[in-house]
Amino acid sequence: MSKALEMDRASAVMAYDYDVMKEDFAHAGSASSDIKKKCREIGLDKEIIRRIAVMTYEAEINIVIHSEGGVITVMLMSDRIEIWAVDKGPGIEDVELAMTAGYSTAKTSAREMGFGAGMGLPNMKKCCDEFVIESAKGESTRIKMVIRL
Amino acid sequence: MKISELERIEGFRVYAVGDESQVITGLYCSDLLSWVMAKGKAGNAWITVQTHQNVLAVASLLEFSCIILPDGLTMDQAVLDKAVEENIAVVGSDLDAYGIFQVLYEAGLR
Repeated sequence: MSKALEMDRASAVMAYDYDVMKEDFAHAGSASSDIKKKCREIGLDKEIIRRIAVMTYEAEINIVIHSEGGVITVMLMSDRIEIWAVDKGPGIEDVELAMTAGYSTAKTSAREMGFGAGMGLPNMKKCCDEFVIESAKGESTRIKMVIRL
Repeated sequence: MKISELERIEGFRVYAVGDESQVITGLYCSDLLSWVMAKGKAGNAWITVQTHQNVLAVASLLEFSCIILPDGLTMDQAVLDKAVEENIAVVGSDLDAYGIFQVLYEAGLR
């Protein structure tokens, strides 16, 4: 694991974890909705809340569609918000290709529901100030996203 | 334009009332959810043929004013019940997407 992908939980003022289940389309979006609610409660700026909503929703959907399940962690730090998406595999063979807008490995069933446009990872990257992804075939995918406050 | 004004337009039906204070400030049409996440703006009425539960999360996260189902589509009662629970307005129309844009423009949405 690279140094950029070590979670510094001790520095967090607040931290929340959300379990996301594999292929659980019925609850997909519920973690993002709860995160948005919490962001509102602490009085974050509307535009920052919108960016967080996009990032967490895309991360949540990616875990539902592509992984064996995973966890989304949101940490409020003194100067930033960190959002982590860590799954249980099966990993991404070619991360660079996965980051290409329009590229997707989603199944037909997911595509019919309007998912799998190949925009998830690019959307996540676009909405944050810092984006780090680490993955390999047969391993878990770890994504760190930072929004500076 | 308010959701209640939409209901008065011929051929529109309100399936779930949602937050009645919501104002439609624009119109957006796409069925690719990530595309919508990237391009949708708060206050938009969102035209989509997707009728499953996940569209509610997208509409809520982006603070859309309502979901408009074109071409006479509706949603399963369970999804509509969820929309009511989450205060998201769902409207149906017999018009296609182009027709909906046209009617809303003529009704003053500019």
